[in-house]
Amino acid sequence: MTASVLIQNGATPEGVPALEIDALRFNYPDGTPSLRGLSLQVEPGEKIALIGPNGAGKSTLLLNLNGILRAQSGTVRVFGETLSEGTARSIRARIGLLFSNPDDQLFSPTVYEDVAYGPLHMGLPLDEVRQRSEEALAAVGMEAFADRPPHRLSLGQKKRVAIATVLSMGTPLLALDEPSANLDPLARRELIALLDRLPLTILVATHDLAMVADLLPRSVLLDGGEVVADRPSAEILNDAALLGAHGLEPLSAHGHPHA
Amino acid sequence: MAALTAIVERYAERDSVLHRADARAKVPAAVLAIFAVTATREGDWSALALLVLPVVLGAFVSKLGPWFVLRRTFFALPFVLAAVPLIFTREGETVFTTPLLGWTASREGIEAVTTILARSWIAVAIAALLVSTTSIVEILRALRWFRVPGILVATVFFAYRYFYVIGEEAQRMIRARDARSAAIPGYRAGRSIRWRASIAGHMVGSLFVRSLERSERVYAAMQARGYHGEHRFLESPAFPPVEGVVAALVVLYAVAVQVSVRLV
Repeated sequence: MTASVLIQNGATPEGVPALEIDALRFNYPDGTPSLRGLSLQVEPGEKIALIGPNGAGKSTLLLNLNGILRAQSGTVRVFGETLSEGTARSIRARIGLLFSNPDDQLFSPTVYEDVAYGPLHMGLPLDEVRQRSEEALAAVGMEAFADRPPHRLSLGQKKRVAIATVLSMGTPLLALDEPSANLDPLARRELIALLDRLPLTILVATHDLAMVADLLPRSVLLDGGEVVADRPSAEILNDAALLGAHGLEPLSAHGHPHA
Repeated sequence: MAALTAIVERYAERDSVLHRADARAKVPAAVLAIFAVTATREGDWSALALLVLPVVLGAFVSKLGPWFVLRRTFFALPFVLAAVPLIFTREGETVFTTPLLGWTASREGIEAVTTILARSWIAVAIAALLVSTTSIVEILRALRWFRVPGILVATVFFAYRYFYVIGEEAQRMIRARDARSAAIPGYRAGRSIRWRASIAGHMVGSLFVRSLERSERVYAAMQARGYHGEHRFLESPAFPPVEGVVAALVVLYAVAVQVSVRLV
């Protein structure tokens, strides 16, 4: 994966948080509460980890950020713009969402078409669409697979393509659900290096605490649809009692890849 | 998947006599009652009125309510519309002529179409009552108990199972597309209808390839757990005689309606 500064969708407004979530409540259609009045603020350029046990509400939160799921109450503001039915499309030009399962992300007959979909839909000139798509594929090292059907790729390859489909959107904010899950160690290492290079605001829902330690300086611990702790990652990752109480293990328990 | 379940899963959880009743009583009663309904002659309004009664009763007894059952019959409307041209093609007493086209509608034609609409609607309502109060497994088990060939039962089961597979794949793809359907100021989002249509077309193509591959994985998992072409059910409990009698009475009522309106 070569470094590149990906083209952005214009300048982001100065002096406003990248993301403001205020008292967000979301119940699943059967009534099960998933987010119970969750609030969170993210400044531009921050790289934040969302950690917590299965069912804590991490994925639900991410799907609420761009209006794929609609919260019952509370607000989401992305670079100052409040999410609503009418603004969902312009919000989606500011926040790129990576689904945890790449099979949920890819829907086109070829890798290239999938990566080009976002910029094409935005109505960008074809030259720019091409440039963005090629740059995004190069960023994840998948240029050679441009003409392949996504469903024929290995899981690690699908994952990289899925990331490229989000990068080509040129969103200043990335919300990634389990980006490192199921990657082999080398692909995982390359992913972390790529995310580290990107000059973007990044929100990562993950169980990969070693990646959190390497890449994401701030951690937000969710459980039961609420923020339990919001502190520097170094502090949270060393608080064995806190992690243990919320279904997580401190790094030393399962070994740090660099240790 | 909740929205999908609401569309595909027809079973509606309630606690009612009709829900608890044995599928081996409900399935034949529903099928035979549907046969009796379809035997209604054109313009036989009294028979149709008498045949609606048990459906309305069933809607209340099942605690689903008539509105719920009515809503579940709407999906059949497009098929019934195929009968509409009869209004103009059936010879008979002219009721009105359409302006411009000059087609003449006959009284006999209108009567025929109304009867077809009413018959189909009652039949679909009966089927809706059955599938809303009986889970798919219960229905399949009843069919097997009546010695319906295993291959047919398996086909129904797979159709049902893969309906979900395709629906889930479609939902994922639509969600993925929506998440990346963005708009930025100064550019025309969504390009043209032609472009969006071609994306949708490609999605349908991918959907079938993906569904096929996923259904193969589902089938492999079934084989891994011992499936070899025959769906095995748990032992059926003894047939409750009272429910059999009630089912027979329902069918008898429908047949009696048809016979009596022909005698009067």
